[in-house]
Amino acid sequence: MSAAQDPVDAGEPTGLLVDALPAPVVPVIELDDVRKTYRSGELAVDALRGVSLVVEGGEYVAVMGPSGSGKSTLMHILGCLDVPTSGTYRLAGEAVDRMGEEELAHVRNRRIGFVFQQFNLLPSLSALDNVALPLVYADVERSRRTERARASLERVGLGNRLTHRPGELSGGQQQRVAVARALVTEPDLILADEPTGNLDSTSASDVMALIGEVHASGRTVVLITHDRDVAEAAERTVHLLDGQVSSTGVAGTPANRPGGEPRG
Amino acid sequence: MTWLETLRTGGRAILTHRLRSSLTVLGILIGIAAVMLTVGLGEGAQQQVNAEVSSLGSNLLIVSPGSSTSTAGVRGGLGSASTLTVQDADALESHVVAPDVAAVAPTVSRSETLVAGTATWTTTVVGTTPSWLGVRARTVAEGRFLTAADVRTGAAVTVLAPTTAQELFGLRDPVGQTVDVGGTPLTVVGVLTSAGSTATSNLDDQAIVPITTAARSIFGGTSRDQVQEILLEATSPSTLSAAYQEADTELLALHGITTPAAADFTISSQQQLLTTASSVDRTLTVLLGGIAAISLLVGGIGVMNIMLVSVTERVREIGLRKALGATPALIRKQFLVEASLLGLVGGVLGVVLGIVGSVVLPPLVHDPIALSASATAGSIGVAVVLGIAFGVYPASRAARLAPIDALRSE
Ligand SMILES: Nc1ncnc2c1ncn2[C@@H]1O[C@H](COP(=O)(O)OP(=O)(O)O)[C@@H](O)[C@H]1O
Ligand SMILES: Nc1ncnc2c1ncn2[C@@H]1O[C@H](COP(=O)(O)OP(=O)(O)O)[C@@H](O)[C@H]1O
Ligand SMILES: [Mg+2]
Ligand SMILES: [Mg+2]
Repeated sequence: MSAAQDPVDAGEPTGLLVDALPAPVVPVIELDDVRKTYRSGELAVDALRGVSLVVEGGEYVAVMGPSGSGKSTLMHILGCLDVPTSGTYRLAGEAVDRMGEEELAHVRNRRIGFVFQQFNLLPSLSALDNVALPLVYADVERSRRTERARASLERVGLGNRLTHRPGELSGGQQQRVAVARALVTEPDLILADEPTGNLDSTSASDVMALIGEVHASGRTVVLITHDRDVAEAAERTVHLLDGQVSSTGVAGTPANRPGGEPRG
Repeated sequence: MTWLETLRTGGRAILTHRLRSSLTVLGILIGIAAVMLTVGLGEGAQQQVNAEVSSLGSNLLIVSPGSSTSTAGVRGGLGSASTLTVQDADALESHVVAPDVAAVAPTVSRSETLVAGTATWTTTVVGTTPSWLGVRARTVAEGRFLTAADVRTGAAVTVLAPTTAQELFGLRDPVGQTVDVGGTPLTVVGVLTSAGSTATSNLDDQAIVPITTAARSIFGGTSRDQVQEILLEATSPSTLSAAYQEADTELLALHGITTPAAADFTISSQQQLLTTASSVDRTLTVLLGGIAAISLLVGGIGVMNIMLVSVTERVREIGLRKALGATPALIRKQFLVEASLLGLVGGVLGVVLGIVGSVVLPPLVHDPIALSASATAGSIGVAVVLGIAFGVYPASRAARLAPIDALRSE
């Protein structure tokens, strides 16, 4: 994974976190028998019922399943926005399932980039400031932040929209700002929950192409979607049903993963 | 995240919600200005009383009939009989008996109607001796004051205070004119300079006559030696208590009283009057300050309300910031900084309003307002503390929000 792909990573603005990964190759995601039960009074809903999943570095995995099958719950756990009721979750080799709030915040900041269905940009901030926001919490100094945020926006093709507020951007552009924000910290894992759910088909294919590029540059991507066409882009599809993995379809062999090939 | 960063974020959040922020600031601002002005009003009144009392003569002791240890009037004021006499005053005049007493002025006074030609005017007629002028710290504007000869002979002369002179003679020169008091014609020999008025009497409205003239010709009565008050002037402020002791000892001896507790007279100083007046004013200041503090508290609750609304309205923002790596401590800090910024801005604007008010209001309410630097700095401090105190609860609520719940909310 990272150790193998980094030397050819010339296209990336920075590769700090990727460089810093330990030499022994560990999977980015290791879920073992993860269960999640929501309790509200007498009622208990088992949203996840023993999910085990391994995602290697540089993989592009789509998670599909009908509504209520537990996709979002899985995404929240993978994104360290929530902790499992039982089971273990190792993110890049670190056990995060029993971490406290403070530590989880740092893990989210440094290791994960989110792309949400509703974009989730702050309306009062410019595109540049929205993208720079994760770097504020990573204690990156101001001028460096602006520089990295600009590079990230240029990478998603919005170098000419730096000072626009989200309200002044189209949906597709907003989602590209969100992708730029997810990339700016150089995270181990990009998590996207129905990123094209609120977009027209043209914008959707723009965003999917962008996510394809992100993967091609060596990032690990986990994408949640309803759309079979969208899932097609991934190398592997995990099907969820009633909180359990029903099948794992392999769209491509591990050998033709882009991480293993030289790129320019 | 640095403090500067947090401040910038807080400032931006405040500017984003302009109307809401202005209303909060307004609440604090009015509270602070109210505290400053009411406390300033109390301070001003107190300074006025201090100035007034010290203008009456700071070395002054007043001997009055009656005991301070028994019910007022029972011992001294039986009927119209006073326990103080001209002889008491004469004795205190002695430099051997009372070396620290510089001057003695026995007084009798009564309200009388004065007639000059067609003009009539009712005022206080004070019978006293030449020492009165110095003891009362007064000066003569025109003509002369009473002389020892006037007192010895019981001369039919009077010295008028300026208001009295004005009422009786208008623009004419009063000196050399005659006024009639209850059938006794008196020649005006002088006019006093203005000394203003105190809470209890108008110093510019009185007629001064020799004490002998008052007793024999004007007031009459049974005991012509009785006086109502003996004013004593100590040689300096530092000998005030020595003068007090000497007068006390001498008067007890003259009246044949062995136990000081049974004294039939009371000696008081201006200092005591000052203390009484100050404590009355302090009560007023505390009362007004309390009312103002309540309005400040209401302003603070306003801040809390705004911050709570802000938390509720910005749940998604908080969730997003947490998803992007903000720790609960940072979220708490951000809301606290916002609240204290609101408090600080409200405090500073409140102080500005208070200063403007202290310039604009006094001519309208005819009362001085004294602002102090410490009260002003204190007000700003209180505003910031209020902002922080009322920001704590909303801030900790914001910090506790779970990121997914926050993100999911619409
Ligand atoms: N916060 C919650 N409280 C209670 N039940 C929940 C909560 N979130 C999700 N669920 C339940 O868990 C199950 C899985 O939900 P979710 O992960 O959102 O599914 P999906 O994203 O696949 O539609 C559903 O039955 C849902 O009703
Ligand atoms: N209020 C605005 N202020 C500035 N630029 C805007 C505003 N609204 C739209 N734009 C810009 O105009 C272009 C077209 O926007 P829009 O019509 O919303 O796109 P779409 O075709 O994706 O719906 C975009 O590049 C966007 O950045
Ligand atoms: Mg969902
Ligand atoms: Mg549009």
